[in-house]
Amino acid sequence: MSDVAATLPPVAATARDRLPVFAGSGSTARSAYALAAPASMLMLMMLIGPLAGVLALSFTDYQLGAPSFAWTGLSNYHEMFADRVFWISLKNTLTYVAIVVPGAVALGLGTALLIQSGAGLRSLYRTIYFLPVMATLIAMAIVWEFMLHPQFGLVNGLLHAAGLQGHSWLQERGTALYSLCAIGIWQATGFNMVLFLAGLVSIPKHLYDAAEIDGAESAWSRFRLVTWPMLGPVTLFVVTISAIRSFQVFDTVQVLTKGGPSKSSEVLIYTMYAEGFEFFRSGYGAAITVVFLVFVLLLTLLKSALGNREVHYA
Amino acid sequence: MTSRVHTYLWPATRHTLLLAGALVMLAPFIWMLSTASKPQTEIFSSELHLIPHHFALWDNLQTAFAKANLWRYLLNGLIVTISIFSLQVLVALPAAYALAKLRFLGRDVLFALVVFCILIPPQATAIPVFLLLHKLGVLDTYAALVLPFTISAFGIFLMRQFFKTVPDDLIDAARMDGISEFGIVWRVMLPTAIPAVTAFGIFSVVAHWNDYFWPLIVLNSEHLQTPPLAVAQFRNNEAGTNYGPLMAAAIVIIAPLVIAFMFAQRRFIEGITLTGIK
Repeated sequence: MSDVAATLPPVAATARDRLPVFAGSGSTARSAYALAAPASMLMLMMLIGPLAGVLALSFTDYQLGAPSFAWTGLSNYHEMFADRVFWISLKNTLTYVAIVVPGAVALGLGTALLIQSGAGLRSLYRTIYFLPVMATLIAMAIVWEFMLHPQFGLVNGLLHAAGLQGHSWLQERGTALYSLCAIGIWQATGFNMVLFLAGLVSIPKHLYDAAEIDGAESAWSRFRLVTWPMLGPVTLFVVTISAIRSFQVFDTVQVLTKGGPSKSSEVLIYTMYAEGFEFFRSGYGAAITVVFLVFVLLLTLLKSALGNREVHYA
Repeated sequence: MTSRVHTYLWPATRHTLLLAGALVMLAPFIWMLSTASKPQTEIFSSELHLIPHHFALWDNLQTAFAKANLWRYLLNGLIVTISIFSLQVLVALPAAYALAKLRFLGRDVLFALVVFCILIPPQATAIPVFLLLHKLGVLDTYAALVLPFTISAFGIFLMRQFFKTVPDDLIDAARMDGISEFGIVWRVMLPTAIPAVTAFGIFSVVAHWNDYFWPLIVLNSEHLQTPPLAVAQFRNNEAGTNYGPLMAAAIVIIAPLVIAFMFAQRRFIEGITLTGIK
């Protein structure tokens, strides 16, 4: 790494004196290998190997427990692309991402700006908004299930009190996925808020003073000229993280709807789970995982492509 | 005019908006507490009331503890999260030190590999890791819950970045004193890295205490269940019939982290921001 050179002392002689002990000697290198060995081996065994394994499995007909398997080329992919459930699942996942990401990012940003714009009760608000991030999602999903209960739930109760029509939120095709989206936004907003708060705190105060001298008097113009551009990198990061996390939605689906009713809330990871671990179709499950991986990879690439262009340095 | 906006109107708007949002954020917690405090007859009434007429929280808690071995599940959660975190530190710290402070052939490759591994989502490797654990014959044991997470590429990355800021003189002085490289990791680097280790620990514990996906896949035995799995199981057994004890069980499951968060709120949020932004 080139930055190692930068951390070496500027005086050449010192650097040269140090090199034999620091770099050249066999014993240091041996210690280095010994120190890095457990991590490297576990990384190969638990991350890199399995990643290669998923790709390989997706070209086989392996079923868990089967004595043997055969290479079947692209047949899993052919089957997957011909399967209506896969396309529904993909569409639902994309819908979920398209709703939860803007929702959770906008609300996270709005909350962070509101909290930071005044002095009062900052820490109380931070705590309250962050609470859903800490609380075990499964336990809270069950609470949401009861809140959305058609007869005895809080949501319908409030709607009825306001003279409005209630729904069987999680049992109706038209509302199940959107109910899960709402829970997703509720859970993710606080996390985004904290990241935005960190971004806001790191904006140098003098930029606001400079903007004011240049005639930016209203809060809106200060936001447009200073806050928003300075938050660029953080926003990009928050959007990417939110998108990757939304792609992984599983817990609420598995416990609340099992992808139903009639596949209306089926999502990729749930389909993968069902195929791979309930029907033991490991090869087919692996092919779905590959599609999931491609999306995560695309998001990461998109972030680094945009990041190089849009970063605003202080 | 503007000054009046500044002194009264804006703070009022700010608090109104934030309190309205806070109410939405807190609603499930309030509803959970309210339901857990009501007897069955009050839960299944279509009339909305928050404060129970008859306070039944203790009864519901007792029923919850009687129907499911909640203590056992909490203990399982504790065992699993602590094992994962200690092993992660044990594995990541030496590697991070080597990557930050030692020169060896292949270091750049290893570091590139670490950065790449951060990007691998945990669900992506689930099927092969499951097959591996199956081959090893450890499915449905604590090992199946812990082993796959002993390696945290993110942990290595975080510690390495932190170790980069430690002056080389400190390490050289330790070498002069005859401390081995292994000793340096634990006696010199670890104490300086406590803030980074804490931040990483928060991340690790929160993620694995709340993880539902992996335990669901590798566990069958009831006595090994972790808290999220236990509460989902509890719901299946009680479906639609017994919301009071179910909500009481939910309170018990979320309590450890939520209480820890309340007490160390500042440190938690600092920890998340320290590790969150790369």
